[in-house]
Amino acid sequence: MIDNNQLLRFTTAGSVDDGKSTLIGRLLYDSKSIFEDQLQSIENTSKKKGYDGVDLALFTDGLRDEREQGITIDVAYRYFTTPKRKFIIADTPGHIQYTRNMVTGASTANVATILIDARHGVIEQTKRHAFIASLLHIPHIIVCINKMDLVDFSEDVYNKIVKEFEEIASKLLVTDVRFIPMSALLGDNVVNRSENMPWYQGAPMLHTLETIHIGSDINKIDTRFPVQTVLRPQREGYIDYRGYAGRLASGILRKGDEVTIMPSGFTSKIKGINLHDKELDEAYAPMSVSVTLEDDIDISRGDMIVRSNNKPEASQDIEVMLCWLNNSPAKPRAKYSIRHTSNVQTAMIKEVIYKYDITTLDRITGDSELEMNDISKVKIRTTKPLMVDSYRENRTTGSIILVDDSTNETVAAGMIV
Amino acid sequence: MSKYYLNYLDELESEAIFVLREVWAQFENPVILFSGGKDSILLTHLAKKAFYPAKIPFPLMHVDTGHNFPETIQFRDDIIKELGVQLIVGSVQESIDEGRVAEERGKSATRNALQTTTLLDAIEANKIDCAIGGGRRDEEKARAKERFFSHRDDFGQWDPKNQRPELWNLFNGKHFQGEHFRAFPISNWTEMDVWNYIKRENIAIPSLYFAHEREVVRREDTWIPNSEFLILEDHEEVVIKKIRFRTLGDITITGGDESEADTLEKIVIEVAGMRNTERGNRSDDKRSESAMEDRKRQGYF
Repeated sequence: MIDNNQLLRFTTAGSVDDGKSTLIGRLLYDSKSIFEDQLQSIENTSKKKGYDGVDLALFTDGLRDEREQGITIDVAYRYFTTPKRKFIIADTPGHIQYTRNMVTGASTANVATILIDARHGVIEQTKRHAFIASLLHIPHIIVCINKMDLVDFSEDVYNKIVKEFEEIASKLLVTDVRFIPMSALLGDNVVNRSENMPWYQGAPMLHTLETIHIGSDINKIDTRFPVQTVLRPQREGYIDYRGYAGRLASGILRKGDEVTIMPSGFTSKIKGINLHDKELDEAYAPMSVSVTLEDDIDISRGDMIVRSNNKPEASQDIEVMLCWLNNSPAKPRAKYSIRHTSNVQTAMIKEVIYKYDITTLDRITGDSELEMNDISKVKIRTTKPLMVDSYRENRTTGSIILVDDSTNETVAAGMIV
Repeated sequence: MSKYYLNYLDELESEAIFVLREVWAQFENPVILFSGGKDSILLTHLAKKAFYPAKIPFPLMHVDTGHNFPETIQFRDDIIKELGVQLIVGSVQESIDEGRVAEERGKSATRNALQTTTLLDAIEANKIDCAIGGGRRDEEKARAKERFFSHRDDFGQWDPKNQRPELWNLFNGKHFQGEHFRAFPISNWTEMDVWNYIKRENIAIPSLYFAHEREVVRREDTWIPNSEFLILEDHEEVVIKKIRFRTLGDITITGGDESEADTLEKIVIEVAGMRNTERGNRSDDKRSESAMEDRKRQGYF
């Protein structure tokens, strides 16, 4: 029984041309994660389309429009399990007009896989994908140098691409980057080690995914407990019970800890921690628990329980790296709802400091239009303080979304600088 | 020294509890869609955990096609009693009687598609603003694109090309009057995860999931249970087999597999060795490449 196995979430960005769908198909096929009726279905489709073999890329086909156009539009989630780990793939499109979908898929990932066609080396799209991985602070990057079969499995080609990628990575905030030469089509270095590239000493992709250290990906230092809802059971034995329900965003919470409630500033001690009917001595991120306090304090959704000696910043003025997600551009000085953990306030974009040209990754100043897929650094003012950390230190308390109250749509996602 | 990371089942549980609490906090009048199948039972179990020591603070809703396994209805009534929550029933038979929908004709006629109208009527009549479902992304390719919080317009329809982006764990359940949401707390679970968790938590499930002897008929590579609704073809014959069901839908369309798995331990081992997807025996999904996508667009579960 796979008892202590962890869950790893990774994102794949790329277009059909990079062999992304083939790579995912190969990963699922060679790890025996594909069922016979699924295989039968794509064998039939491959035959209908007049292909010679089975087109593994068909596994990742989604909605009707996507099948017709042969592209990925939205984020699709796929699952497989090996004896070592459970995996969730956020499969995202690669083209520039779907930047927002890549950002969405990247937001919860432990690992970003970036595909490079060995024939073309590092191209504009590679830079953009690396930039998004860095912006969303994905802890690990695996660079898959694919289609090695089309460059005679050449070590020189591989080395040249590694060098090119390292040059762009040196300008980004990325820490852990690994390179794997592969042929997804033939299966080299995806699940099984390649016999065509004896010069490559590293592990194949699946082994890398199974062993990469992710236990430290969540911040376990700064204790942040955003209150989702208050449990007040109206039943015997629990008349005065007030349990604060939430999911630890980061850090560890122990019985007896001295805590401060933000934004009110009241202090108390943790009396009990519960997960269903189990009493716990401690809880850590990302556990969903409920806690009780020694003192009777007015606490509601949107408040945050933190350790008294380690508090987030309470601020009404935040600087944010903002990705615009909506068809309608940002309206200057318009008010939006801002969502941060369980807290909802009203916000206004005060200033666009600079914007990225997402083709060249150059910073543009003096252009304050925010359109779909634009990534920019902005100043935001909120009506009441948010309890924030920087996104680099805390992905949960460092992230926000903006909602347009006239349409109720989620229009932007931001990372607090 | 204790470890400070969760195993995958604990992480999935924590995520589902978070989503359930988010639904409760963001909506006025949510319900759990309860079919009596393992996924909705799991969902109910997670809701019990999420709000303990309080009761589950919203009703369960069952869309009753009238073509049930009797065991499922018994199970439903028992669980309602145990939890002390309200049950809302939307009846497909009533929808037919009122002329809202017409029964399908022909040999493979089912009431599957009719459920959508009954579901949407029940949502409207009970002013439900969020229906929590046990849908999982691994079930089917249209479901793979589903959000945790999934918007439905005032006709109850899903627009897969115009879904709200969902980043981190920031869920946006804002909606206008008349619109509603579907929420899917166990989106990230696979069939295997569900069984491993049911076994770990020792959750009670209907006896139909365990291997048992039953009158069945061979039809399209599966064993269809004999029932008052079944119309036999000339060449068909009722036989007794030891079977179990991998999923539970209407008694008219849910096929069973021959099996010896009569305990949770044996089921987990059997599922791990399965070579076909669990919906492979559901004739409702076999109709076309985009059968599920089309039904979901109209407001299906």
